[in-house]
Amino acid sequence: MWLKIENLSVSYGMIKALNNISFELKQGEIVTLIGANGAGKTTVLNTISGLIKPNQGTIIFNQKNILNFAAHKIAGLGIAHVPEGRKPFPNLSVYENLRLGAYLSNDKDFITQGLSKVFKSFPRLHERIKQPAGTLSGGELQMLAMARGLVSQPNLLMLDEPSMGLSPILVNEIFNIIKDINSSGTSILLVEQNANMALNIASRAYVLETGKITLEGNACDLLNDPRVKSAYLGE
Amino acid sequence: MTSISNIKKQTSKIKIILLVILFYIVLQLLMSAQIINPYWQQIICYAGVMTISALGLNLIYGFTGQFSLGHAAFFGIGAYTSAFIIKSANFSNPLLLIIGLIAGCILAGIIALLIGLPILRLRSDYLAIATLGFGIIVKVLFDNADAVFPVLGGSRGMVGIPQLTTFTWVLVIVILAVLILRNLINSAPGRALVSVREDEIASEAVGVNTTKYKTLGFVIGSMFAGIAGALYAHLYAFLHPQNFDFLKSIDVLLIVVLGGMASISGTLIAAVVWVLILEGLRVVLPEAVLDWRLVIYPLLLILIMIFKPTGIFGGKEFKFLHYGDKNE
Repeated sequence: MWLKIENLSVSYGMIKALNNISFELKQGEIVTLIGANGAGKTTVLNTISGLIKPNQGTIIFNQKNILNFAAHKIAGLGIAHVPEGRKPFPNLSVYENLRLGAYLSNDKDFITQGLSKVFKSFPRLHERIKQPAGTLSGGELQMLAMARGLVSQPNLLMLDEPSMGLSPILVNEIFNIIKDINSSGTSILLVEQNANMALNIASRAYVLETGKITLEGNACDLLNDPRVKSAYLGE
Repeated sequence: MTSISNIKKQTSKIKIILLVILFYIVLQLLMSAQIINPYWQQIICYAGVMTISALGLNLIYGFTGQFSLGHAAFFGIGAYTSAFIIKSANFSNPLLLIIGLIAGCILAGIIALLIGLPILRLRSDYLAIATLGFGIIVKVLFDNADAVFPVLGGSRGMVGIPQLTTFTWVLVIVILAVLILRNLINSAPGRALVSVREDEIASEAVGVNTTKYKTLGFVIGSMFAGIAGALYAHLYAFLHPQNFDFLKSIDVLLIVVLGGMASISGTLIAAVVWVLILEGLRVVLPEAVLDWRLVIYPLLLILIMIFKPTGIFGGKEFKFLHYGDKNE
């Protein structure tokens, strides 16, 4: 298995955020973690990318245990994290934001290639290339955050709530782009509250409830599961 | 890039170099003809010293976003180090000042590294308090330094330091400081420094080792303070611990904020204006209202904060300080 999380537990002080969770992702897949607010979805991504240190567990990526790697080392392994709330570099231009996305590469051709790929997926960013990131709209910021993750041409892209605060049309647009990114070979770990959209594009899914995985399976099966339907799809 | 814009860039570069040389020759002539008297010569040199120190703090606070209140401590470390070496060795050739400058610069850098590694983990207010504490410790050490090295004078002050700082030395170091800072900020490590200020989590996520870059900014900025301090020591030939206390850190901070955070141009102008206003008012104002100059300056500061909170230059730069591939 390419990315394998085993028995992962994380706590913030006295509060247990994740309790012994295990899940996995095969190369080329879109896997989604769905769940309500406070279920621990963001904590999972932050732990994988090294921003939070877990109490116990293992995180295997490409046959390497990356649990104790520093965050910047993990980025170097080809795991790009698009954090919750987009977190742009607000006073820097769109171009400088994207250049920082490719911070770990010194290869000029590689960066140019990454930039042109990204501009193909997000032509809007090209129009705004000189604009400070802080002046972009919510949708553009989400595009910028994803583009910044993609410039380094990662193997695994981790997206934290890309639909947050966006209009339904924009959400559709973003999810189409996610599908395109995946079909060009990038594996995706998607964390979402918008279960319907997430389950529609994912191949497999895990349901997270207060720090535990309560359901798992193929995305289309979960889409028809009565428990998921009543809890997350509003039917 | 077209060759025409290349040529344009080249000619503007030559223009700037010529302007700086002209500026140097004119001032040097005015000084040797005594049109600018020694008192004002000293003030002009002091403006240069403050510029170097403020450029260092702008790197730490403006570009890297680390709020430091201990800048005067590094300035003092540079001053005492250089004064100690040059006085003990009894150098009198202005060229040998280089030894003191390098020593002051490097010692300030080493101490910044040692102190920076543990305290740069702290954020904003906590970092400010930690650097403030560090500044107070260093001042107390200066106060009592005569117990170990009688030549440092302790709280009585250190006297008889060879007066080796010349206008040439100050200008050369100012130019070097500007060039180093400009090239650093426009490089990939410079982008990493700025990304730490902008958003630490995002910069970790794109692979920036934030601890390393915070430390790098802090060490280089403190080295600027160290070399400025060394110039200061040999400018006034007298050092007193009071010259390096917490209020002196605030002075530098005011220059950075007044000129504009993350603006080299702003710091250049604000440092010179700040020194010249404080001293210039001494000449212009009549005796009776002389003390009011310390009111005019803060008043100016309040007005600028109301009408232009980003400082005079706020993130903008003179053209010649730009270069590189901002938007290819």
